[in-house]
Amino acid sequence: MSATETTKRSMRTPLGRVHNLGAAHSGTSDFWRQRLTGVAMTLLIIPVLVVVMMLIGRNQAGAAQILGSLPIAVILLLFIFASAWHMKIGMQVVIEDYVHSEKLKLASIMLNNFFSIAVALASTYAILKLSSGV
Amino acid sequence: MVEFALPKNSKITGGKTWPKPAGATELREFKIYRWNPDDGKNPSVDTYYVDTHDCGPMVLDGLIWIKNHIDPTLTFRRSCREGVCGSCAMNIDGQNTLACTRSMHDVKDGAVKINPLPHQPVVKDLVPDLTNFYAQYASIEPWLKTTSPTPQKEWRQSHEDREKLDGLYECILCACCSTSCPSYWWNSDRYLGPAALLQANRWVSDSRDEATGERLDNLEDPFRLYRCHTIMNCAKACPKGLNPAEAIAELKLKLVERQV
Repeated sequence: MSATETTKRSMRTPLGRVHNLGAAHSGTSDFWRQRLTGVAMTLLIIPVLVVVMMLIGRNQAGAAQILGSLPIAVILLLFIFASAWHMKIGMQVVIEDYVHSEKLKLASIMLNNFFSIAVALASTYAILKLSSGV
Repeated sequence: MVEFALPKNSKITGGKTWPKPAGATELREFKIYRWNPDDGKNPSVDTYYVDTHDCGPMVLDGLIWIKNHIDPTLTFRRSCREGVCGSCAMNIDGQNTLACTRSMHDVKDGAVKINPLPHQPVVKDLVPDLTNFYAQYASIEPWLKTTSPTPQKEWRQSHEDREKLDGLYECILCACCSTSCPSYWWNSDRYLGPAALLQANRWVSDSRDEATGERLDNLEDPFRLYRCHTIMNCAKACPKGLNPAEAIAELKLKLVERQV
C-alpha cells in the first residue's frame, strides 16, 4: 500500500489516530492471571499425571474410589480450573492478535468464553460425580 | 484478518538488470526493491553490479555508488553514515538494520538483497512512510513531566538513578525493531511497538519524572502494550544492541507491581 493511499483513508491527524479511543486501563489482570495459572499448572501437572497413571486400567468403581479422596479431587479440580482459565486467556490473545473485524472479534471472544466455561463446568461435574460415588 | 499475501498492487515483479560497470575487476551484485508512485506499476527488484574497488565497505557505500554511477533515480534515506541518525534503516539480506553500519562482506553468499523496512507503506523505493511510527513516539510524551516547582539549576539525579537509563536512552528511532515485530505487523494501528515502548520505559524509569503513574495509565491497554508476546525480533534487529523486549517486560512488571 502506498503512503498516499494510507493518508487518503482519513483526514484525522496521525497522533489523533494513535490516541484513538484512549487506553483501556486493563490488560494487566489478564497478563497476571495467565502467569498465575501457568505456574499453577506447572506445579499441578506431576500430581495430575500420577493420578492419571493410577486411574489407568481401573473400572468406574475403582476410579470413584481413587477420586473419592479429598486431596486427589482437589488437585484435579484445581488443574481443571487453572487450565480452563489459561486456555480462555490464551485463546483471547490469539483472537485479538489475528481477528481484526470488530464484529467477528466480539463474537469469537464471546464463543471463547462460553466454550471455556462449558469445558470447565463439564469437567468439574464429572470429577464431582465420580468422587462423590454417585 | 491477518494478510498472508501482499495486496495486488504490492506484488513484486521482475526488474531490470543494469549493465556491469566497464573495467571493474571486483563486482558485488545488489538486488534492490524499486517502486515509483508515479508510474502506476507494481514494485520490482532491480539488479546492479557495484565495483567494490571503487567504493567503501558498507552497504550504504554501495547504494551511494549505484546512485552516483549507475542509476540516479534510486531513492533512499541517509544522513550521518555512522549509525547515529537512523535514517538508512532498511531490510538487508532479510534483516532490518542500518545500511551504514552493515558491511557488504557480512552479507554472505550471492547478492546483497535490499528491501524497505517491512510492513510499512512505501513512499518510493527504499523510503518507508514512518508517519504512524513517529506519531506513536509522540503519543508516549517523550519529555520530562513535573509538577514540583522548577529548580533554579538542573533537576538532580543520583548516579545510580542515571544508570537506570542505560540501554534505553541510546535508541535512535530507526524503526528496525518495530518493523521486525510480527505483533506490530498485524496491529500497528493499536500496538505502540517496541521502539515507542522502549522510549516509554525510558521516561517511566527516569527518577526526575513525576508523571510515572500517568504514563503507566496511558500504556495499560490490551493493544498498546500487551500485544508484545516477547517474540524478541526487536532485540535481534536493533542495530544499537538494545533490548526493547526487556524494556517492555519491565513496563509489565511495574504494572503488576502497582496492582498485586
